[in-house]
Amino acid sequence: MVKVTVDGIVVDVAPGSSALQACEAAGKEIPRFCYHERLSVAGNCRMCLVEVSGGRKPVASCGFPIANGMQIFTDTEVVRRARRAVMEFLLINHPLDCPICDQGGECDLQDQAFGYGADHSRYRENKRAVTDKYLGPLVKTVMTRCIQCTRCIRFSTEVAGVQELGGVSRGENLEITNYVEKALTSELSGNLIDICPVGALTSQPYAFSARPWELKRTDSIDVCDAVGTNIVMQARGASVLRIVPRINDEVNEEWLADKGRFVVDGFRRRRLDRPWVRVEGKLQPASWADAFSLIATRLKGVPGARIGAIAGDMCDAESLMALKDLMGMLGSPNIDCRQDGARYDTSRRDFYTFNTGIAGIDEADALLIVGSIPRQEAPVLNARIRRRFVDAGRGKFSIAMIGAPNADPTYTADVLGEGPDTLAKLAAGELPFAEVLANAKNPMIIVGHGALTRPDGQAIAKACWDLAVQAGAIRPDWHGFNVLHTAASRMAGLDLGLVPGPQGRDVAGMLKGGVDVLWLMGADEFAVHDIGPDTFVIYQGHHGDAGAARADVILPGVLYAEKPGTYTNTEGRVQRAFRAVMPPGDAREDWRILRAFSEVAGRKLPYDTIEALRTRMAQAHPAYGQAEHARPGAADTTAPQAGSVTVAATPFHPVIADYYLTHAVCRASPTMETCSGIYVRPATEAAE
Amino acid sequence: MSTQPTAPTGAEPTHFAFDAESEQQIAVILAKYPPERKASGVLPLLYVVQKQMGRQTGSAWIPRIAMDVVAERLEMAPIRVYEVATFYLMFNTKPIGRYHLQVCTTTSCWLRGSDDVTAACKKATGIKAFGETSTDGLFTLTEVECLGACANAPILQVDDDYYEDLDGPRTLELIEALKRGERPTPGPTIDRLNSAPAGGRRVLVDETAAKPQGQG
Repeated sequence: MVKVTVDGIVVDVAPGSSALQACEAAGKEIPRFCYHERLSVAGNCRMCLVEVSGGRKPVASCGFPIANGMQIFTDTEVVRRARRAVMEFLLINHPLDCPICDQGGECDLQDQAFGYGADHSRYRENKRAVTDKYLGPLVKTVMTRCIQCTRCIRFSTEVAGVQELGGVSRGENLEITNYVEKALTSELSGNLIDICPVGALTSQPYAFSARPWELKRTDSIDVCDAVGTNIVMQARGASVLRIVPRINDEVNEEWLADKGRFVVDGFRRRRLDRPWVRVEGKLQPASWADAFSLIATRLKGVPGARIGAIAGDMCDAESLMALKDLMGMLGSPNIDCRQDGARYDTSRRDFYTFNTGIAGIDEADALLIVGSIPRQEAPVLNARIRRRFVDAGRGKFSIAMIGAPNADPTYTADVLGEGPDTLAKLAAGELPFAEVLANAKNPMIIVGHGALTRPDGQAIAKACWDLAVQAGAIRPDWHGFNVLHTAASRMAGLDLGLVPGPQGRDVAGMLKGGVDVLWLMGADEFAVHDIGPDTFVIYQGHHGDAGAARADVILPGVLYAEKPGTYTNTEGRVQRAFRAVMPPGDAREDWRILRAFSEVAGRKLPYDTIEALRTRMAQAHPAYGQAEHARPGAADTTAPQAGSVTVAATPFHPVIADYYLTHAVCRASPTMETCSGIYVRPATEAAE
Repeated sequence: MSTQPTAPTGAEPTHFAFDAESEQQIAVILAKYPPERKASGVLPLLYVVQKQMGRQTGSAWIPRIAMDVVAERLEMAPIRVYEVATFYLMFNTKPIGRYHLQVCTTTSCWLRGSDDVTAACKKATGIKAFGETSTDGLFTLTEVECLGACANAPILQVDDDYYEDLDGPRTLELIEALKRGERPTPGPTIDRLNSAPAGGRRVLVDETAAKPQGQG
């Protein structure tokens, strides 16, 4: 450690740190525009000037390396005057349009102009004006406001891995642009809005909606993918107006995928806000009591084996637990949370978990991706893989894929083959990558749902596990077998046992008349049209989508923004979300609906409060009673069950056809619809 | 008001490919760099593009589609090529005239009469201001910073050639010659060799030695 004195405070900082980091360690706030912890250092805004002992002029602290015994002064007259001068230069070409700027109230330039700005301008010439750029439907540009910090260029190049933004021309004519009129092809483009320190890049869908000080902030968890991105719901009145990421270095750092951010305008559209019952083929509004008594009447005399339940991809663990218990009370073994028909061995948690952990990617030195396209299935996790790839340096983190990706993964990955037969070749050491895996200290294998949703899914999982054991990736201090989930509720569903019991039917078995009464909880992503014509369907959920259209009774549930809930991400991390807004109309929290119905059905569930329900969850699986998440190591290398189907040679298919339209909420969102029209449909049509 | 350095609509060709001569030059250029660092060749390759456009169309500029071709050849992101091509003023990102008249107006040239050179250029070509192209499409007039030939100020650079020690009338003459399709010999337009004194050598003059060379 290196000893540095900052304004008389002695701090120990790691060698190689910058003066700015030393100042932060000493608790001194250094104003900055271009510096960002998670991006490379550019040093071009000059706002972070400090004085260093022995130096003749102020230095930009963000790029100034510390040395032992260095003395840094952050608040001298020289520093203050220098920063004021820098601010004056920045404001020369910055428009005075704060009243009509969406960044107002959360603008770094506005805030720092308070500290270092002059009360008037000495500049008499014309201000520079810059034409706005087209960056797609999500990011709105007002380029005259740009102070050319180049954070957006560095973000898109380094983190998002799409080299599409740059600075063209020079001097006064320098412009940040993509040069071509083309939407940014990144699933992380929304983060540009967050990292832009001024109002040059703002949110297009949120434009002119609200001021930051009007918004009520609630911590929540994103359920659009299984990463469990930590988010903040920002609401005014009854509506969530925007979603921004919350920093969690273990999960999402400070990024959020576009779907999780911009799905918000689907929250109030196509909502189920009252119970409905089907009378003579038509859905009629009903009261909760009528709906419940109708279901109870229909259930009378139906044996448990003829009742089934399917849980959707966005459910919280509480409602999953309640559904599981309700089905137990009704004597039904037919329950499934795997709408996509994925096959897992659920006998041990590490057979279906992203065991390495998202933060564990930083320690890996070889990666094999089987039947997965992380860029679409988990964009934030993909950014982590990319960062590891870049940080490790040329050839230090080899990545191989099995299954041809239909999108650039943003890092160099060898495509070894298209189908699972390549795994056997790897195991036999026939491919050069086998050697890479064998020589790696911390190899990782990611199995995606492109593999697990096939009939031979379990056999592929076992082959991957065996390969991991062979590579020495499964040991007490490192677990290199990873399942990358796409559904936010899947981990909790598997943990809490929402899989068919003995002689129980899975999703496919419940269709085509396999059950007489089918309870859908937010389930829309399966072959709804295959439900038997005589099956009585109860749809409990928040959006009028495929499931609700088929339903005989609709029970209005609530969105993740409208209920406190527990979500488990793909690495098994149990996280809590809080209620941001009240649900519309008569909609109720899902576990309360199930609890209320159980009473009508005469089989009361034994919990009246969410705390009691959470205690029940902790009994069902120990992970739900622990406060801290521990990354699992592996004491036992016994492989998962291979299932009855042997590995076929057919190529893997991507699980996500359209990144922007994967669930009922985004299908209700006009923004997601626009994105799909711009990004996905032209590509699909071109391929046809 | 800053302007985006892109070509006006309609000027962009729909296709660009290196011709045989360019390919030959590219092979020489890329041999200088290790294969994984071939992006270093972006500057010379852009220059090759500009030269080829000059040969083929009579307008030595770099269309965007050609930058894409360079990016593909060097396996780099197109935006990185756009950045380079727009940074350097010697790359023309808009179509220019057949002859690129580059007048140096920095101190030495200005003191020695670059204003007359500029005025003569404007008069002979009908161009009103720097950055414009004459209506016949023959000339583009550009103001440039110091060309490093101060001893021979004022300078007019036509494409790659320096015409030195100019004044108004000789500039007119030069441009008229260019209009006729001639290429006068580059260099000083007065009686001197390179940057040697006007009228011949002034020192080390030995009566017995041969008469200094280069006298007109």
